[in-house]
Amino acid sequence: MGNGFAVAHKNPLFMLTTIKWKATDHLEKGIKMGIILSIENLWLEREGKAILRRVNLSVQQGTVHCLLGRNGSGKSTLAYTLIGSRGYVPSQGRIVFDGKDITHLSITDRARLGLTLAWQEPARFEGIRVGDYIALGMKEPSRERIEEALRAVALSPAEYLHRTVNENLSGGERKRIELAAVYAMRPKLAILDEPDSGIDVLSLDDIARLIRRMTEEGVTVLLITHRDEMVPVADVASLICEGEIIRTGDPRTVREHYARRCVPCKVAEPVETVRDYERYQ
Amino acid sequence: MNATNRFAREFEAIVKAYEMAGGDPAVFRSPRIASLVVSGSKVLGANETPGIHLEAEELPSGVRARVMVEPGVHIEYPVHLCFGVLPKEGVQEIHSQFEIGDGAQVAFLTHCTFPNAVKVKHVMDARIRVGKGALMHYAESHYHGESGGIEVISKAQIEVEEGGRYISGFELTHGRVGKLEFDYVVDVAARGVAELTAKAYGYGDDEIVVRETIRLNGERARGMAKSRIAVRDRARSEVVGTTEGNAPFTRGHVDCVEIVRDNAVANAIPVVRVKDPTAYITHEAAIGTVNKKELETLMARGLSEEEAVDVIIKGMLEG
Repeated sequence: MGNGFAVAHKNPLFMLTTIKWKATDHLEKGIKMGIILSIENLWLEREGKAILRRVNLSVQQGTVHCLLGRNGSGKSTLAYTLIGSRGYVPSQGRIVFDGKDITHLSITDRARLGLTLAWQEPARFEGIRVGDYIALGMKEPSRERIEEALRAVALSPAEYLHRTVNENLSGGERKRIELAAVYAMRPKLAILDEPDSGIDVLSLDDIARLIRRMTEEGVTVLLITHRDEMVPVADVASLICEGEIIRTGDPRTVREHYARRCVPCKVAEPVETVRDYERYQ
Repeated sequence: MNATNRFAREFEAIVKAYEMAGGDPAVFRSPRIASLVVSGSKVLGANETPGIHLEAEELPSGVRARVMVEPGVHIEYPVHLCFGVLPKEGVQEIHSQFEIGDGAQVAFLTHCTFPNAVKVKHVMDARIRVGKGALMHYAESHYHGESGGIEVISKAQIEVEEGGRYISGFELTHGRVGKLEFDYVVDVAARGVAELTAKAYGYGDDEIVVRETIRLNGERARGMAKSRIAVRDRARSEVVGTTEGNAPFTRGHVDCVEIVRDNAVANAIPVVRVKDPTAYITHEAAIGTVNKKELETLMARGLSEEEAVDVIIKGMLEG
């Protein structure tokens, strides 16, 4: 695939399109640094139904790659498949991360290679304090780094460090802490699943600032969102529909296509929702 | 060795065991902190402070203890109670009576330690009265050895009078449980509050039975019965949490979480009973393996599955 590839799709809501992916300055920089994630002809099937179809995607190291799509288009499913979640085993294709085929590796092994996920709806943990939770993913935990991570998501360390990551925190607070944990971990590739959705979450500017800080530290970001306002943060954007990547390229073009042409799907069922995650073990 | 020296040595041994159970041994040397130390059927130490009276009578196989807090007195430091059996075999029965005077406030930290138990039976049978507007905190934690040869029967009947508050926590999360039968029954009068929490971690062939009953008998009384149990290997657990709303505007909740691993078996029976149409009692119970999202979140941070499970169970039991 390299620096350009063609995607054809069958969705009647889109014109049959062949997209030439043009490299930008950012991309040229990324290409020099290499591809950190390569998804090749990935299929995920469940009960005879294709949930992800022929997904082909390359993420350049050091870039922010935005995966844009409507609710139920397969964004989170792809994220769970990439991290190796139980019940998300591809039926075809492969995932290459940092030069290694990780298709059949466990979540732990993938994380230890540097691939992690900030969940759209973070888990609650009874009895685990915020500071300890953030430290869990750090190779060399330090109070300074934990506090820096909390400040990066606009939370006061003094107020939050000793609180518990349970239902006493709002969904938005847990989401910020989730982002702080991923930031503190300093992975090679961070998948941020809808960091902007929900109430009491970071503002778009704050998220953009956080992502910038991550990339400055060498972290590549795969940003998953259904809000096109997030796209300008990215160096590259891809559009996903019904489990298929239908367009990849310059963020402005992809955003324009999404805003003008992509409407909530009326002909097909959503491929999967976030709630489905708990069902598949 | 004279009796005093023998007792001194046993005192040091039980205090050391108390320290292993997580207690601070310095408390037994402080005159400002009320305490009671019982090893087997011997009372090795008792310290009263103003407003609190401790009486202990030795019985053939244990101790009868009476704890009285004078009305209106706020005991500044928690009262430390230490019970234990040091030999491999033995029986210890603690029959206790707690009288918390109207308007008094007191907290008890109880450590029960059986580090060498191979065949030990420990019975706690308590009668507790929390007076009008009084507050009693009671925390009991156990430290058992690794043989599993211990049977713990912990029973209490608690009466919370009008506006009184009784808050208790029971923990058996260090060492083997052996056999545990925990049975607390609380009757709560008008505007009174009762909160019961029981936590246990069973493995090997451990058997855990937890019964928590809260009867909300007075208007606007409130109560919560909470249990957190983890079992693995071939351990078994059963939790029966009962809350009754027997008077107008009573509010109660039963909250049970049990994590099951390997070939262990867990049961939960939440019982909710309402005799007044304005009462409102809720329950939630979750039994099963570790929550997938919690597990995978930690694994996505680089923890192995076993490490992640340990972190989750530890958090649940110590939180």
